[in-house]
Amino acid sequence: MEEQEKKRVKLPETDEGTVLFNVPFPKDLKDLKGMAPIIIRQPYHIDYIHSYGQDSPFFAGLANGKLLGTRCGPCKHTYGTPRLHCMYCGNECDWIELPKEGAVHTFTICHFGSEEFLKETPFVLILVEWPGVDTLFLSRLVGVDSLQPSLDWVGMKVRAQFKRLSKFKPTDVYFVPA
Amino acid sequence: MRPVYLVSGGVSKFAKARPDVTFQPMVKEAYDYALKDLGLEFRQAAELVDGTVASYFSDHFMRQLKAGSMVQDYLGLTPKPSKRIEAGGATGGVAFQSGWEAVASGRFDICVVYGWETMSRVNTWKGNEFIALASDVSFDYPVGGFYSGYYAMMVVRHMKEFGTSVEQMALVSVKNHNNAFHNPYAQKRMNIRIEDVRASEMVAWPLTMLDICVMSDGAAVTILASEEGLNKLEKATGRRPKPAKVTGVGGGIDAMRMADRPHGEVILLPHEKPEDYKGLKYPGVHSFRAGRMASKTAYQMAGITNPLEELDFIELHDAYTSSEIQTYEDMGLCRYGEGGKFVEAGKPFMPNLDYGYRFPEQGKIPVNPSGGLIACGHPVGATGLMQAVFALWQLQGSIGKHFGSNQLQVKNARRGAIHSHAGTGTYVVVSILEKGF
Ligand SMILES: [Zn+2]
Repeated sequence: MEEQEKKRVKLPETDEGTVLFNVPFPKDLKDLKGMAPIIIRQPYHIDYIHSYGQDSPFFAGLANGKLLGTRCGPCKHTYGTPRLHCMYCGNECDWIELPKEGAVHTFTICHFGSEEFLKETPFVLILVEWPGVDTLFLSRLVGVDSLQPSLDWVGMKVRAQFKRLSKFKPTDVYFVPA
Repeated sequence: MRPVYLVSGGVSKFAKARPDVTFQPMVKEAYDYALKDLGLEFRQAAELVDGTVASYFSDHFMRQLKAGSMVQDYLGLTPKPSKRIEAGGATGGVAFQSGWEAVASGRFDICVVYGWETMSRVNTWKGNEFIALASDVSFDYPVGGFYSGYYAMMVVRHMKEFGTSVEQMALVSVKNHNNAFHNPYAQKRMNIRIEDVRASEMVAWPLTMLDICVMSDGAAVTILASEEGLNKLEKATGRRPKPAKVTGVGGGIDAMRMADRPHGEVILLPHEKPEDYKGLKYPGVHSFRAGRMASKTAYQMAGITNPLEELDFIELHDAYTSSEIQTYEDMGLCRYGEGGKFVEAGKPFMPNLDYGYRFPEQGKIPVNPSGGLIACGHPVGATGLMQAVFALWQLQGSIGKHFGSNQLQVKNARRGAIHSHAGTGTYVVVSILEKGF
């Protein structure tokens, strides 16, 4: 254990690289075959103009403290994550409000993550289930001890809370133990 | 449809990073190996090959579009026809089947399927971000998009539903890392124990670093041929290739969002009965319905009714130790829910190796004799093709020649399966290969 702790002590690595204006060059061109690769930094940034399209009412709902799903009129299939068209009969679904209280269907604690979310680790992901709702909903769970995970969390009653300052992202809603 | 043969293959040694080359020479390493093993000259190949399939997953990793044509010209195969296949983690497996289609249909007599991924050009966490973009960017990615987290949620449900344990998962890691110890192509060659897996850093509870495959730079190439193609190759090289015959191809797809998966009835294989699964809601998030569909259709085509008895080995997509266990079940090696016990009994281990544990039924059906993704690495577009190459070598009995040791040669291997899987089970393909000489 002590050895492992020791290994982790190191300066953080970053990707900025450095500005380099020239490299040594051999007199004999044959020596180029032994040259180390030149590695440069290529930044890349994009702002997408992402449209939620037909799913937009869901995000409007979050901004107004409502968690919306959809239900198919003919077959009554009820979606915990909205779909405009039913997966089973192809009909256009209606918007419905989901109960604020659901239960944990499954969960994990992310100690690492994609670069965008690395600073938020550890965070808890859950899939929420509701009785009478046929599909689940992916969200975050806060208010549990992320260092003491237990399989008993499956089935835990959880309640939806909404961000006051909406960002029009699915994280405008999150769950806490009910 | 006409019979299709896998005649040769090559793999570049997978590595964490290959800054010494861009992707084209890396693919050429695998291609040159495949040609050499066949006894075919570069120029002869350029003449005989009718067309190709390019297998690579992400345009983000290299910020290079149309990379396929850049490989094609590097291999001297311009202006032959080609197309690119992308199917997430299953890209290689789907590309292999696309090559099969090209030959089976009669369009090509000889088809080269080449695949690669260069994942080292971004840092690991940016790479995880790119991979997580293979989840719904409206509903899933923004919540904390992270594939290890998604698979962790799936196995937590498996644990809850069936009692699968983290130690059983760790055994998969022990098996695959220890197998890879004898595979010179593998990125991680280590003798480890259950405790090592559990003591390694936690990534997404309950999955640790050693439960998860790593990102890699690497390439793999397969060459497929019809009967006529075999004749042409024999004429050009003066020797008859020792091929594997592709006797079954199957595939399946499931909803991208895990949340959308149904909770219905199990899709049964011929050796299963509805009573086996009373009260089980399927697939939920604990199982991969696409994996079952892919297995069922591949088995049907190959005439397999009991895979455990009728397959000699499997190379399957173990991006996670958990998904290997879940895949035993999808592929019908045991019933749903029994995957943990299956590995605990030693069934998927090599019969001849000493893993430091005693197993009651060691070596019933070696799964990932090569070490799988967990130990070999996972350069996405190359991975499924690497499996095909290793499977060919098993069926040829040539593992000793290619690995420099016979330790991983499955004795008298006559029929094997390869299994390629993407994004929480969204794309899955299974192909059956049989000794064809
Ligand atoms: Zn409907």
